[in-house]
Amino acid sequence: MQQSAKIERQPGFLPRADFQRLLDGVVKSGYQLLGPVVKDGAIQLMEVSDARQLVKGLTNEQQPGHYRLQQTAGERLFDWNHGPQGLKPLCFAPHEVLWVEQKDPLSFTTRLPDLKPTAVLGVRGCDLAALAIQDRHFLHAAGADPHYRQRREQLLLIGIDCAHSAESCFCASTGDGPSVNQGVDIGLSELDDGFLVWSGSDQGEAVLQQIDLAAAQTQQLEQMARQSEQAAQEQQRKLPSAEELMRLYQRLEHAHWQQIAERCLGCGNCTAVCPTCFCYDTHHEVSLDGLSAQNVRQWDSCFSASHSSMGGFKVRGDILSRYRQWLTHKLAGWQEQQGRIGCTGCGRCITWCPVGIDLTKESDAILWEGSLDE
Amino acid sequence: MATDKPKLAVHKFSSCDGCQLALLNLGEPLLALPGLVDIVHFAEAGPNSPDQAVDISLVEGSVSTPEDIQRIQQVRQNSKLLVSIGACATSGGLQALGNFANRHEWMASVYSNPENIEVLNSSDPISKHVKVDLQIQGCPVNSTQVIGALRNLLSGVAPRAEVHSVCMECKRQGLICTMVTQGEPCMGPVTLAGCGALCPATGRGCYGCYGPAEQLNDRSISDRFEQLGLDAQAVLRRFRFIANSAAGFKAASEGLRGDTDG
Ligand code: SF4
Ligand code: SF4
Ligand code: SF4
Ligand code: SF4
Ligand code: SF4
Repeated sequence: MQQSAKIERQPGFLPRADFQRLLDGVVKSGYQLLGPVVKDGAIQLMEVSDARQLVKGLTNEQQPGHYRLQQTAGERLFDWNHGPQGLKPLCFAPHEVLWVEQKDPLSFTTRLPDLKPTAVLGVRGCDLAALAIQDRHFLHAAGADPHYRQRREQLLLIGIDCAHSAESCFCASTGDGPSVNQGVDIGLSELDDGFLVWSGSDQGEAVLQQIDLAAAQTQQLEQMARQSEQAAQEQQRKLPSAEELMRLYQRLEHAHWQQIAERCLGCGNCTAVCPTCFCYDTHHEVSLDGLSAQNVRQWDSCFSASHSSMGGFKVRGDILSRYRQWLTHKLAGWQEQQGRIGCTGCGRCITWCPVGIDLTKESDAILWEGSLDE
Repeated sequence: MATDKPKLAVHKFSSCDGCQLALLNLGEPLLALPGLVDIVHFAEAGPNSPDQAVDISLVEGSVSTPEDIQRIQQVRQNSKLLVSIGACATSGGLQALGNFANRHEWMASVYSNPENIEVLNSSDPISKHVKVDLQIQGCPVNSTQVIGALRNLLSGVAPRAEVHSVCMECKRQGLICTMVTQGEPCMGPVTLAGCGALCPATGRGCYGCYGPAEQLNDRSISDRFEQLGLDAQAVLRRFRFIANSAAGFKAASEGLRGDTDG
């Protein structure tokens, strides 16, 4: 599996009571800070400046079609895994105006987003890996997307190793977690008495220079490694290997697709929460007086009729062919297009599917059950 | 006053006037409307000239009396384009629940002289009686959708059809799924988008007022609702509600185990 260079960790230690100093350092460096906060029953990223605003002593129960928060006995800030969305909405906006046009005189103006420098606290390994995939898609030299780029360049990413896995997590099998291993500006690992903190970029280093970190002790480094190992061991799901997944293409007529189609609602939630899904569609909204218009882009999904049509003809007219498109593209097609599978093991499509369809189980069934039915 | 602006009429049939009120609630765009069209008939707002020939008619309400049939035929003749707006006009509305029962028996049990009431046997969508050029669902309609469609029609462009489920709108707005986080049954996955996920935005499940999504897996969502604790009757009522007679929802409710009242 393709990975960008692993970060050489040289962590310092920040006692729990001093965590506010990290937040202050970030804010003083000119960033607005988005951190994990409970809103509407889920952990979401909201603007924060005070460590007391952050979630504390909470974990998440994530199972197929099921998400609940639960109290833990401890004081930890990051004992949960991830909320309903990763970094995707921050860079690839769910709904945005790309350009506006005026009729008299005729003019076209690009509308670029205006995101302040923004630090994101608590980013997980799976989501960092997904961002790297989206970067490759939206920022590749030939056709870099100015809207995506404008937002992406404002981000300072503060990653956190997962000390536990949720039931739907399977990043160990895709090689993308449970510890952060690429793309962070600042990395964190939460221990009982505080945090190991390291920088992964010049911007991260500039922030950390304002904070006095103690030297990390050997037993702290050992606890960091042990926690990551434990989180990986806790995982109950895994994906077949990349090579095995290429064989999905030989099983396009497998009877199990029909069984999935009987459960799948075709609603598109899986694609909306998937941190790597990048499909969108654009349309024109004309002002009532007809003198101006805006071109709007919004998230689309391979489960929608618009995405499944060519020249007015529905090439994928049913849920079976749409689910098959999603799974084979994500797990096999991406390997040819992007050099790796399009899944980083975050498990969101399992948790947030209203009927709890589980891509790890479905791909297992298609690859390993029954005979080749061609 | 004769002008060469296109003429617009807003007609009402069997309905609660909610869609007309949604239009009146538009605010600023509503004030710009008279600059573009002559509103010759919109009784709820003032202009009252139902028999004029117009370029576009917006029609609210279902057809439920013999007189309605004559009137909708007249409206059709007078209109170059006819757009039905709202759940009543597009699927028969809440009042089409009566289609599943014997309405003459019902009337006899409520009114002392039911023979004085002249109604059809069913509450019908406009499209059952005349050709409709465009349908905009919702109870009430999303007036921004109506105005957008009007703009397109005035420019001679086919309005953009919504194709997604309510879930896609829900997710685009960053709302948190009521079904996954609270176990609250939601019709969003099988309901056509257009409202902007209004109900999930207030923390409750969608009750399907826009009618069926393009793909409708009623079996699977019914099974899920049962797992979440709804009994068969309650599941049935999720389909047999505001858009009860929209084709997909009607077929779904008729196929369900809880169908004992019809
Ligand atoms: S396919 Fe599912 S598990 Fe994989 S990255 Fe997307 S949402 Fe996460
Ligand atoms: S998938 Fe891995 S990295 Fe992501 S939240 Fe779960 S354990 Fe953490
Ligand atoms: S897999 Fe689940 S989330 Fe995805 S379209 Fe089907 S029902 Fe919706
Ligand atoms: S709350 Fe309803 S509309 Fe929103 S994602 Fe969940 S099921 Fe879909
Ligand atoms: S969420 Fe559902 S019930 Fe509520 S307005 Fe939208 S379509 Fe109607």
